[in-house]
Amino acid sequence: MVTVLEMPETISPITVNQPAPAPNPEAERDIIEIDSVDFAYGANKVLHDIILNVPPRAVTALIGPSGCGKTTLLRCLNRMNDLIDGAGITRGSIKIEGIDINAPDVDVVDLRRRVGMVFQKSNPFPKSIYDNVAYGLRIAGITKRSLIDEAVEKSLRSAALWDEVKNRLHVSGYGLSGGQQQRLCIARALAVEPEIILMDEPCSALDPIATAKVEELIRQLKQQYTIVIVTHNMQQAGRCSDHTAFFYLGHLIEFDRTAKIFSNPAQRQTEEYITGRFG
Amino acid sequence: MFERAVFWLFRLATYFILAAATYIFLDIGIKGGRTVFTSTAPFINVPFLTEPPQTLYVFDFEGKKMTLSDREFRRWKTEHPGTEVEATSIAYSAGGIWPCIVGTALLVIGSMVLALGIGISSAIYLSEYSRNGPLIRLVRIAILNLAGVPSIVFGLFGFGLFVIFFGWNVSLIAGWFTLGLMVLPAIITASEESLRAVPQGLREGSLALGASKWQTIRKNVLPYALPGILTSSILGIARVAGETAPIMFTAAYAMKDEMPWQVQRFTDFFFQGVMALPYHIYVVSSKIPQNEYTERVQYGGAFVFLFLVMLIALTSIVLRERSRSRLSW
Repeated sequence: MVTVLEMPETISPITVNQPAPAPNPEAERDIIEIDSVDFAYGANKVLHDIILNVPPRAVTALIGPSGCGKTTLLRCLNRMNDLIDGAGITRGSIKIEGIDINAPDVDVVDLRRRVGMVFQKSNPFPKSIYDNVAYGLRIAGITKRSLIDEAVEKSLRSAALWDEVKNRLHVSGYGLSGGQQQRLCIARALAVEPEIILMDEPCSALDPIATAKVEELIRQLKQQYTIVIVTHNMQQAGRCSDHTAFFYLGHLIEFDRTAKIFSNPAQRQTEEYITGRFG
Repeated sequence: MFERAVFWLFRLATYFILAAATYIFLDIGIKGGRTVFTSTAPFINVPFLTEPPQTLYVFDFEGKKMTLSDREFRRWKTEHPGTEVEATSIAYSAGGIWPCIVGTALLVIGSMVLALGIGISSAIYLSEYSRNGPLIRLVRIAILNLAGVPSIVFGLFGFGLFVIFFGWNVSLIAGWFTLGLMVLPAIITASEESLRAVPQGLREGSLALGASKWQTIRKNVLPYALPGILTSSILGIARVAGETAPIMFTAAYAMKDEMPWQVQRFTDFFFQGVMALPYHIYVVSSKIPQNEYTERVQYGGAFVFLFLVMLIALTSIVLRERSRSRLSW
């Protein structure tokens, strides 16, 4: 169990992350294995032959210009694209912990409980802060008050929001600031104890201070969770991810340790993108 | 100059509606007010609101013009034995309209329960589950067409199907189904709009937490759409309460002595006809010979009817404002 770290008083400027620990022989198997995936909205093919393996308990960033398919790929991981008529994976497979998530016998409800998601636009429910965090637990059929109380506090602490809201747990989540709302959404996702958390540009609507808090949170969470984050913000990818995948026009151009991508990318397109020459 | 003329033409056209509304309200208010209000305490004509309609008897007695209701007339005759009078009887023009108010209330409650049940269910299906295809397009066309059907056609349809074919006779239940079908398109459309107004983010947020689709709808979509659905439905109530044509063949009696709850068996309740306000106004305005004594119930009934419908509309507005301030995203 991870003890929750206190927020630092000031956010120290963070440069590119240290390289992720070198793989050792007993290294865990990659938690997400994306194998030769094509994805299409109707006749419009948006992902081409994506091969990508995401290591556990690390932050993997997906970067690339708008429309490159990174959000689509992210939403494949908890089958959120099922909601869109006519869209689907046309080739390849996605395995999480070795199990094909698109197999017919996979329970999508169970999958989504294990693979949480934080959305670009923070979407707290029009309920109290407490009820927002408790939502997932109640949905799962937990009714015991003490269990829910405990989980709500733990999740809010993990999302570094507890101290700010502990005295007003029963007021509407809409009364919070934008950054607090987004951390509430993270707390809500943590409450159901997922193994993987998908984040779709979680900071795009936040100011720099709120962004710094969420990034600090991401760095803490990776000790316990596998995080896949889509971001438009190059510095953000550099600051908080261990691995970075660069997408362009539906193709995975390059996937490597973040430090390598940002200092010495193998592909010219990657270099041009991260140095701001296009995108 | 021409500009000014056009401007005034438009302005007068706009004022025309105001004049028409004022005239109608004043006419019914003044004439109906004479029936509904009294000059002595409690200032409201309680018997008019709480008694069933009775026949009015008009006759001359010792140089005085007597206007007595059925009951009063019989008592008068026992008090004046041996007196023969030439009395004119005028149907329904004495007494009150209580059974009509009750009947209309029963028709509204039953048909709205029916219409909301079917309407919300199909709106949930259309907005949350269905995928756009030829069948769904057909359903939407059906809803549009149903909304355009004149109410007398609903009346005939209800008569043919429920009254004759199902053998329900002229009954509450036949009226419920006929009126329910009539407001169904409005309820479905309003419910679907309210459901679509709930942001997609709330659905995705809920699904991403491992909620099933039905859990999401029940816990995180329907509660937020319900205020909107109910306020739009209240306007449907005004329509159900107001229509005469659909109930005149299916549910309404011109006159009935027993109140709806005076039934032998529980099931008889559903298979009895009732009196209804709009139909009663229609009957007293066109089915009995008109004279100076018929105006009392005509305008009194219209006044009460108008008041009730306005009350329903007002409730809808208040509810809407309240729910708007409580829910926002």
